[in-house]
Amino acid sequence: MSDALTGAATSGTAEVPEWPMPRAEGCPFDPPPALRELTAERPLAKVRIWDGSTPWIVTGHAEQRALLGDPRVSVDERLPGFPHWHEGMAAAVDYRPRSVFNSDAPEHTGFRRIMTKPFTFKRVEALRPTIQKITDELIDAMLAGPKPADLVEALALPLPTLMISELLGVPYEDHDFFQENAARGIAHDVSAEESMRTFGALNDYLVRLVEKKAAEPADDALSEIAALVTSGDISVSEAAMMGTGLLIAGHETSANMIGLAVVALLEHPGQLAVLRDTDDPKVVAGAVEELLRYLGIIHGGQRRIAKEDIEIGGEVIRAGEGIVIELFSANRDAHVFPDPDALDLRRENARHHNAFGFGIHQCVGQQLARVELQVVYGTLFRRIPGLRLAEPLDRIQFKHDRLAYGVYSLPVTW
Amino acid sequence: MKITVEQDKCVAAGQCAATAPDVFDQREEDGVVVLLTDDPPAELADDVRDAAAVCPALAIHIAHWTPRTTP
Repeated sequence: MSDALTGAATSGTAEVPEWPMPRAEGCPFDPPPALRELTAERPLAKVRIWDGSTPWIVTGHAEQRALLGDPRVSVDERLPGFPHWHEGMAAAVDYRPRSVFNSDAPEHTGFRRIMTKPFTFKRVEALRPTIQKITDELIDAMLAGPKPADLVEALALPLPTLMISELLGVPYEDHDFFQENAARGIAHDVSAEESMRTFGALNDYLVRLVEKKAAEPADDALSEIAALVTSGDISVSEAAMMGTGLLIAGHETSANMIGLAVVALLEHPGQLAVLRDTDDPKVVAGAVEELLRYLGIIHGGQRRIAKEDIEIGGEVIRAGEGIVIELFSANRDAHVFPDPDALDLRRENARHHNAFGFGIHQCVGQQLARVELQVVYGTLFRRIPGLRLAEPLDRIQFKHDRLAYGVYSLPVTW
Repeated sequence: MKITVEQDKCVAAGQCAATAPDVFDQREEDGVVVLLTDDPPAELADDVRDAAAVCPALAIHIAHWTPRTTP
């Protein structure tokens, strides 16, 4: 939409491009070329978003880490000028309780402490046999079913959904309901009304579940959160918000990483062989880091606002200006990753990617995601060495319009 | 001064425990970093430096540290 049509332009410069930008046709794994042009020689630029405002977009790896770790940079979505993802997010702002997603330290620290217990490195490692068992069962079922199969439906979506459901204590039989509402809630084209409706439906569901767990505690994360409601430490709506966040982030992101990585690996058979031909967990772990770096499924830009003037990258971000941190671009920053557009599963510093973000808001569930991906990538190609796309690459539908990038479905055969 | 951690800043991302599990652990109740040793052997030096670099909360500090060599 142009300025002339919306009449929303406030700044004089005409050359501010629209964000988000499309990726190049036939190049599903690379960042938008227009973004690269815009930031080729500088790590920050201005873009125009849906409401006509012109936040900064930050693409440099070092600049992203500095800003994400800077206490002058806020996630408080209620501050005027905050660069919301879309109209729906802006409209529902007063209905969302405070949570890890929209509070700064020290308030954030309290919420974060409550959520992190189930996701420690050791606790997640202890889940590895369960993740392996579920992966094997899902692959068994796919192999026993018709060909071609949809890998998203058969493996990519159910594995992380089953894991996060079990960990939280959310009944898996409700998965159609929460998967659908989560998917609509993070679509770019969602209206304010629909955003409120999907958020409301998920929130009501989690409120009922928290109340149930408070009355009849079980051995799961939601029961532990519900106990804090009973003891008066947090409100029901805060607990429900935590549950909603963990539930959505816990299945949608890993599902996209599984589906998209399978496409990327099938398109890079030499790299796929690295994974298929190894029993070394270190090689598999390194491959997962490289896929996290290369695929960059979080591509819409993390949203922030400056609370004070900040000098960075040869620019000054003024207090009250919006900031879009486009994590994926930093993963292709040649200052950090040599030959950044190459998928190299043996890349030594791949783990320095920003795929999980950086700073105090870095992904809570990242260790769970890692183990899920290590198990899936390590198992799938060993068990089905002949796995291949059942349709040409240009027929695969990519999620250009979602906050998380991935494939809608993935027809495969073997 | 060797290796120090700031538990108040820690956000329990688990990156340190995953990178250098012989040096960093996490508190059972909330995942906050626990330093197992402030003077690990030289063969862990690279892992320790990596752990400090990937800590999203910048809660790990290495100062004046010459890793000891195993006797």
